[in-house]
Amino acid sequence: MRPTDVSDPQYYHRVVDCQWGCPAHTNVPEYIRLVAQGRFTEAYLLNRKSNVFPGILGRTCDRPCEPACRRTRLDGEPVAICRLKRVAADLRDDELMRAHLPQIPEAKNGKRILCIGAGSASLTVANDLLPLGYEVTIYEKLARAGGLMWNNIPQFRLPPRVLDEEIGMILDMGVDLRSNHPVESLASVLDEGWDAIFIGSGAPRGKELDLPGRHDTDRIHIGIDWLQSIAFGHIDSIEPRVLVIGVGNTAMDCCRSAKRLGATDVKVMARRSRPHFKASPWELEDAEEELVEVIENYSPRRFIVEDGVLTGMEFDIVEWYEQDGRSRSRTLDTVTIPCDAVIVAIGQEAAFPWIEKDIGIELDRWGNPVVDRTTFQTTRDGVFVGGDAAWGPENIIWAVEHGHQAAISIDRYCQSQPLDDRPAYGMNLVSQKMGMHEWSYGNDYDAAQRARMTHVGLEERLATLEVEVELGFDAKQTLREAARCLNCDVQTDFTDELCIECDACVDVCPVNCLTIAPDGEEDEVRLNLTAPALNSDQALFASGPLPQTARLMLKDEDLCIHCGLCAERCPTAAWDMGKFDLLIPYAGLLPGHDHTPRGPALPILNPTVPTLVSSAAGGAA
Amino acid sequence: MTYILKPKVRHPGLPTNALGLTARDYEGAMSTLCAGCGHDSVTAAVIQAVFELDLPPHRVAKLSGIGCSSKTPTYFLGQAHGFNAVHGRMPAIAAGASAANRDLIYLGVSGDGDSLSIGLGHLCHAIRRNVRMLYLIENNGVYGLTKGQFSASADVGTRSKRGEENRQEPIDPIHLALTLGVSFAARGFSGDKVHLVPILKAALQHDGFALVDVISPCVAFNDHVGSTKSYLHTREHAQLAVLADFIPPAAEITASVEPGGVRSVTMHDGSTIQFRQVPDGYDPTNRESVENYVRERQRAGEVAMGLLYVEPGSVEMNENLGTVDRPLCELPYEELCPGSARLEEIQLQYR
Ligand SMILES: Cc1cc2nc3c(=O)[nH]c(=O)nc-3n(C[C@H](O)[C@H](O)[C@H](O)COP(=O)(O)OP(=O)(O)OC[C@H]3O[C@@H](n4cnc5c(N)ncnc54)[C@H](O)[C@@H]3O)c2cc1C
Ligand SMILES: Cc1ncc(C[n+]2csc(CCOP(=O)(O)OP(=O)(O)O)c2C)c(N)n1
Ligand code: SF4
Ligand code: SF4
Ligand code: SF4
Ligand SMILES: [Mg+2]
Repeated sequence: MRPTDVSDPQYYHRVVDCQWGCPAHTNVPEYIRLVAQGRFTEAYLLNRKSNVFPGILGRTCDRPCEPACRRTRLDGEPVAICRLKRVAADLRDDELMRAHLPQIPEAKNGKRILCIGAGSASLTVANDLLPLGYEVTIYEKLARAGGLMWNNIPQFRLPPRVLDEEIGMILDMGVDLRSNHPVESLASVLDEGWDAIFIGSGAPRGKELDLPGRHDTDRIHIGIDWLQSIAFGHIDSIEPRVLVIGVGNTAMDCCRSAKRLGATDVKVMARRSRPHFKASPWELEDAEEELVEVIENYSPRRFIVEDGVLTGMEFDIVEWYEQDGRSRSRTLDTVTIPCDAVIVAIGQEAAFPWIEKDIGIELDRWGNPVVDRTTFQTTRDGVFVGGDAAWGPENIIWAVEHGHQAAISIDRYCQSQPLDDRPAYGMNLVSQKMGMHEWSYGNDYDAAQRARMTHVGLEERLATLEVEVELGFDAKQTLREAARCLNCDVQTDFTDELCIECDACVDVCPVNCLTIAPDGEEDEVRLNLTAPALNSDQALFASGPLPQTARLMLKDEDLCIHCGLCAERCPTAAWDMGKFDLLIPYAGLLPGHDHTPRGPALPILNPTVPTLVSSAAGGAA
Repeated sequence: MTYILKPKVRHPGLPTNALGLTARDYEGAMSTLCAGCGHDSVTAAVIQAVFELDLPPHRVAKLSGIGCSSKTPTYFLGQAHGFNAVHGRMPAIAAGASAANRDLIYLGVSGDGDSLSIGLGHLCHAIRRNVRMLYLIENNGVYGLTKGQFSASADVGTRSKRGEENRQEPIDPIHLALTLGVSFAARGFSGDKVHLVPILKAALQHDGFALVDVISPCVAFNDHVGSTKSYLHTREHAQLAVLADFIPPAAEITASVEPGGVRSVTMHDGSTIQFRQVPDGYDPTNRESVENYVRERQRAGEVAMGLLYVEPGSVEMNENLGTVDRPLCELPYEELCPGSARLEEIQLQYR
């Protein structure tokens, strides 16, 4: 094997499973430690730097970090990363936090940028470009900024206060927001002479279910339109018996909203069985807790409308089987389920009737612009796309990351730098040794099980749309949960020349990560370790030849709990524990650098902590 | 020393043995030895060996004397019996324990100081009696616990950390034991578990006194340049002469037999020791041939390593003396203490 190149920031980055799994590469373990120390404002700022909307995401994020979390591989359940983010947002000192938001230069750089749509993607672009002196205008079709975050995600999951605060922080940087301003022709917008255009118009079209009877009644709704009407206050009730077709996250928001608007009998109708459901497990769990019935293997056939009144829906009860490697269904029976209203939530797509075909923007066969995966540019220079508009519906955190990348491209484009030449990531690695057996982080393993979120009682929460269901973690839950984090950013750092091959580290490692063995091909070596390294998603570290025997020090990164025992038991300090900090490039900023803060670096106001904000959090000052 | 204990969390793919235990179930308390001490590696090898042999922890009795090495039984088999004897007296305690309960598996750990200096006489008699036990000497050439004075195994010419040279002849425990009629003798290195673990397994299954001398460097007081018991010096001078595999009774024998005097020895429980590599003309069951070989290597400045000698027909102490089969603790009180009438009868015989 070739010695591992640990100077490549992506090597250690991959070890930090959550950060690697987060599209925006949020420094999760660092903010969890800050939260545990009561340094909520710093934790908030660190989050904001990469994911822009910590309060919103701490409640609604799709959390790809959690299934990735190393803790899952050890005790079955990930750290509640997302809800610890909410703790930072809830308990931050707002005044202090605002002092650390970037300063917006008064002298502009003369470049005017237009964003189409005021969703999470466009707002991120604005957030990244305004501190650099760009002027940013947003054309938004609807009356308010926020996109699906405010017009679709229900208030019982995301209170308007949180939304307004975080969107406000960006608008207050000087966005020229033109609401009620739908773009109907890109050609005419191009004529307005913008230096660059970012299309962040989302995927606003709900998919249709064209079955007999669909247009014979007004009691059949398209999920995202129906949720939007609720957000606008146009709808405030629904009939008693409701069927929701589809079992994705939109369906979950629909069925739970229906429960709050007066429906007494809500059924979610799924064509397939549970393992195939698109909804996140936690959203499904919350819906079922609210006594929504989920019915599997019912395939819709037609709507039954009698004398203009919807009375029910006909379904095939199906059974699934495999044939030629494909999943097929056969009908076992056909049944009618009575109902008074149906909500169709079977997906959404982007739609660009307003992009002309002759303006140098190549469209694919579905009429969507062709977008470069790295630069986010269309085939027309200076026109960029991101968020759900780029490759179909994703989630907020992906929209944010698209926004960051598009902002880098827009900045480079405006400064006449090549777009393909992306700014490099950097890294810091700092020893955490504080004394003989003392580390700067809590290195012991805490066997606690994942903390359960406390919910408002059923009766109270179903009474109105506004009651937020989740109460957030209290201090005890927060500390307990934070202690479950394995500090995967505190890396085992090896120095070949110091090793005397005494085996102390190999013997002490509680999870059998380490082996000293002769060199060989990686596939072969993986099977002959102290414990076989079967998860090839995780790297196998290899040192250079060791001084005494020329064997290699090998480390399977898969299950390391970052306890530091290898380093404590090493007589020569060949192992050390170094805190890894991924330095992420943002538009106009070198990796590891920050914008000038608005206010002076104030001492932290949280009573528990006597430290200065500027000391540790990287993103703080 | 370390502040946190080795966490109980374990690798989810860890293999289990016939008792459903993982190797981690054979651990003991966290070591308090110096970081990098060879003795900790020997502990790890012991854990691996007892795990692989499917030994029930509560049927093992750990015995030791005084020294860093003698502290190590605390660090493995937390659920076994244990006895920490006075300095150098562990062999005597082991003999007594074996006489009282021949059913337990005896695992003695000692040091070169404990065994070859203060306890030499006791060691000799345990060998002579052929007490059924694994007798481990964790040999570092110094008294580690008392800060590194030369022990009786220190080689002529080796230097202490402060630079003094040893001028007295060393006692080589393998030589000594062969002379005293030991029925099993082996030498290993703490830095080479691949070869140490099978030796320990064979020794634990041996029906008699199994002496295993393990070179186990003292990082604190005897791992410097000029020491003949350092990691580096041992690696440069160890002569892995005899390679042996331990094969449990039911297992299929797969190791390929190399030409040149290679042979298998069947043990009392049906397991076999298969010698994979021995020097030309070497017979691991012939005491004289082994003695000659070990001496020859020593003269050449090398340390002969491996499972050096085994006596196939070994008869252990209790068998040899015809003592009572059952452990004393299991004998009914009337048998154990037949009463004053019976005592009278016995005494009458001597009148
Ligand atoms: C019901 C529902 C629940 C969801 N829940 C979650 C969740 O819990 N967590 C999560 O991470 N994601 C969730 N999502 C997905 C998430 O909301 C989106 O992926 C994300 O908002 C995409 O951001 P965006 O900026 O690309 O687009 P959007 O948020 O869709 O914003 C696009 C904006 O562009 C405007 N616009 C569109 N066309 C034009 C035009 N021609 N001219 C001017 N303006 C225009 C729209 O009005 C809108 O304001 C949910 C989606 C739905 C439908
Ligand atoms: C009767 C008695 N004499 C002397 C001592 C002091 N003493 C403690 S440990 C030790 C030597 C131990 O050396 P060794 O057996 O080689 O163990 P190591 O620490 O090197 O592993 C001595 C002399 C003692 N504890 N008891
Ligand atoms: S920090 Fe070291 S001892 Fe701890 S789990 Fe990782 S490799 Fe093993
Ligand atoms: S403990 Fe240190 S010196 Fe010993 S083998 Fe491990 S890295 Fe090498
Ligand atoms: S003094 Fe030597 S023998 Fe004792 S624990 Fe330290 S290194 Fe090991
Ligand atoms: Mg010693």
